[in-house]
Amino acid sequence: MREHLPILLVVLPMLAAPICSMLPRGRQAWLLATAVSWAVLAIAASLLIRVHAEGTISYALGGWPAPIGIEYRLDGLNALVQVLVAAIAACVLPFSGRSVQDEIDADRQPGFFALLLLLITGLLGIVATGDVFNVFVFLEISSLATYGLIAFGRDRRALLAAYRYLVLGSIGATLYLIGIGLLYALTGTLNMQDLAARLPAVADTRTAQTAITLVMVGLGIKMALFPLHLWLPNAYRFAPSAISAFLPATATKVAIYLMLRFVFDIFGVGFAFGRLELNEVLLALAAAAMLSASLAAMQQRDVKGILAYSSVAQVGYIVLGAALATPIGLTASLLHLFNHALMKGALFMAMGCVMLRVGRTDLDAIRGLGRRMPWTAAAFVVAGLSLIGVPLTAGFISKWYLVLAALEAGWWPLVILILVASLMALIYVWRVVALAYFAPNESQRREEAPLSMLVPLWLLVLANIWFGIDTRLSVAMAESGMRVLMAGPP
Amino acid sequence: MSPQLLMLSCLCLPLVGGGMLLLAHRRPRLRELILVLTAALSFTSALALLLQFREGNLLRLDLLTLLPGLDLMFEIEPLGALFAVLASGLWLPTSLYAIGYLRARKEEHQTRFHFWFCVAISATMGIAMAGNLLTLFVFYEVLTLSTYPLVTHIGNRGAVRGGRVYLGVLLATSIGLLLPAMLWTLHVAGTLQFTAGGILEGKLAPALAGLLLLMFVLGVGKAAVMPMHRWLPAAMVAPTPVSALLHAVAVVKAGVFTITKVVVYIFGTGFLGTVPAQRYLVYLAGFTVIAASVVALRQDNIKRLLAYSTISQLSYIVMATLALAPLALTGAGLHMVAHAFGKITLFFAAGAIYVAAHRTQVSELDGMGRRMPWTMAAFAIGALTMIGVPPSAGFVSKWFIIAGAYQADLYFVLAVIVLSTALNAFYMLPILHRAFFRAPEGRAHGEAPWPMRVALVSTAAASVLMFFFHAPILALTRSLTGAAP
Repeated sequence: MREHLPILLVVLPMLAAPICSMLPRGRQAWLLATAVSWAVLAIAASLLIRVHAEGTISYALGGWPAPIGIEYRLDGLNALVQVLVAAIAACVLPFSGRSVQDEIDADRQPGFFALLLLLITGLLGIVATGDVFNVFVFLEISSLATYGLIAFGRDRRALLAAYRYLVLGSIGATLYLIGIGLLYALTGTLNMQDLAARLPAVADTRTAQTAITLVMVGLGIKMALFPLHLWLPNAYRFAPSAISAFLPATATKVAIYLMLRFVFDIFGVGFAFGRLELNEVLLALAAAAMLSASLAAMQQRDVKGILAYSSVAQVGYIVLGAALATPIGLTASLLHLFNHALMKGALFMAMGCVMLRVGRTDLDAIRGLGRRMPWTAAAFVVAGLSLIGVPLTAGFISKWYLVLAALEAGWWPLVILILVASLMALIYVWRVVALAYFAPNESQRREEAPLSMLVPLWLLVLANIWFGIDTRLSVAMAESGMRVLMAGPP
Repeated sequence: MSPQLLMLSCLCLPLVGGGMLLLAHRRPRLRELILVLTAALSFTSALALLLQFREGNLLRLDLLTLLPGLDLMFEIEPLGALFAVLASGLWLPTSLYAIGYLRARKEEHQTRFHFWFCVAISATMGIAMAGNLLTLFVFYEVLTLSTYPLVTHIGNRGAVRGGRVYLGVLLATSIGLLLPAMLWTLHVAGTLQFTAGGILEGKLAPALAGLLLLMFVLGVGKAAVMPMHRWLPAAMVAPTPVSALLHAVAVVKAGVFTITKVVVYIFGTGFLGTVPAQRYLVYLAGFTVIAASVVALRQDNIKRLLAYSTISQLSYIVMATLALAPLALTGAGLHMVAHAFGKITLFFAAGAIYVAAHRTQVSELDGMGRRMPWTMAAFAIGALTMIGVPPSAGFVSKWFIIAGAYQADLYFVLAVIVLSTALNAFYMLPILHRAFFRAPEGRAHGEAPWPMRVALVSTAAASVLMFFFHAPILALTRSLTGAAP
């Protein structure tokens, strides 16, 4: 049993999904999905502990040893990302109970939870697997589930947003598929480790370089790296509240993880950054993302829109750290990957509470929120401070590392860039906070969100504070992930 | 009580008091009792801390370690102890004054007002006791944010606009300049600890050190050195108790305090003496002294006039600190206290006039000395302190700054002080003339409520007493120069 945990983690939500869709009531589906998400979190946590105690776990699917069979390979990096995905899922699912009841027709709720479980399956699978084609399979599972989930949004524009994501996401997946197809043609293997070992021999061919470019662009779409982010803002904005809380904290993070895995573990830093100079492309795109998306966020009239554009900017931060390719830079990148999931999850959850009570999330709906929904508004403030990067919040720690990395590399302009982007974050967060607390509003009625939503929301908010004060755990995890990446291809 | 516990109580007492205020939301009398008690207890603990410090105890408190080498920690040094006692000591009369003011004006959201006031005081204590630059920065930002609801308390369009300038300037300077300066310091020196003699000597080329110093002086927007001064007049939309304690004492002094700490404990006066560009910053501060006084000459609104006067007086302290002479540094420390007593009295008086007579302009003050003799007498003492006439506290501090200027052969500083003293007299004395030598007009009215009167008389008295009994303060500020050979 114990040795089958890596696969159980992926199979459990996959098997639960069809059961979910067959349940007659939304409530039952929700209960099942919540239970599954908690079980998944428990498994993921136990795997992470085991990885730290015993080192890398390799699991051969169906007993077929790698490189012939599919290998699931857990090390300090992806075990951490799995826990992140599972933890966010375990927070979002209890939260989703009330908001799904409110936003989605009763007869469609079982289907919603089934898709959500499939999405979790896909994300966990992408992270766990050590096989590039298997990655594609799970990428498609998660993407198809996402398209469906976004289309559940109450606003009719959700359909258009889902369709747009469908088109762009399919292009991304196709590019990725062609890329690994070319790699397979060149090397004859799909196993990541095997690929990494055989790639150097053929690295100088144009085919290999085309393949790498295709893979990177495909992943760039999935992780919403500027300028391939156009699908993201509306998808997050019009998706049901639970989904817009879940996606930014997990889906883009998993895509970023995949990019890190490809660059550092498969292609190798020396090749991807040294020869192909991808790091300069990534740096430029990251800088552009931070500035342009922050600028766009400042002009949004809808809080979910602000948060969505801010997510694009934060992807820039994460990529920036990785592109520096130094130990501190990578640590910063992984820390921000983790911390950003915490803050964006909390911020979007707060908006979910607003959606439930007010029915919309534009800036007018925020007016006087501090009085009407004091707990929700306070949660938004704390998570917003974390997003800005105020000391004593998680956001500060990751930005601090990022600044240190830039200083260490001697890149002064990057420090200024980070500070300017933080200042812009301050402006767009402050616009919301000022309206919530300092704008007069006629309705002073208390209409706080139910506890079932406030508790998960505040769990994430407290995590933001916790990881801003006691950084031992998060930094140690990020560093162990960093060591995996810095070790490079075997 | 152990020193560490004492430091913690300095920091937390105002917060605890603020929390209890919120609970007593529906019972105004209990709420106000809590406020006054909190202020008194805070003052007592700050005073106890000062006594402990004078006994030579090492007062150090490690609160948290965020990352290795990056911790929040407190350590008491002379200037910080002085600042803590000053801020908490003036909080006591201010809380009395605020109670009277808010009641007389029938302001809304009084609990919210008192609560944020408590938070601001706690942040001030954090700044005063900060043992490294990071801790100072954290509480500096808390102070900015916690005073925003106070500045915009009235909630009308003008208040929101003023609040936006306030927050915009203070946050933009601190994040845009102070934070990079801090990061640069950390990168170069490897630490942010306040250390006697500085941490930068021999690690930074003098030319670059000049740039770093510029970033610090302009980045500490709270010190209101031109061109970063616009937030202070904007903050005058706040209710008067806020202008009195925060924008004449706590916030602005936090600014000059930060600059002094940076000069003494980050750069070190010895190292800074070798930095050529440092001279230009003395000129910048001198320019601010004169320019702000000239602007003050043209103001008719009393609070705006006082704000520009504050800008001018703050740059006195910055200028004296940057003069790098031991005596001038002593003078800077003294002036922090002297100006605090004088300016808070002036603001108290301005607020009392507003409450009792609904007048806000200098031109409306005719005969006010006869209508409100206590208030205007206090105002006169405050004005004399600003000018620096004996027997007022301002004389003592100016004396030391002038002596320091001689010591360092800085005749520029000397000229600035002489000229600005004349300018101060030009904008202060006409007010006194109007109040005492012209006939009153309009309907008769009395003094402001008694809590306000008690407050302004006590600060005026302090301002006079400091002229005679400044030995303890002098000893403290002297030991500051002892820490910086």
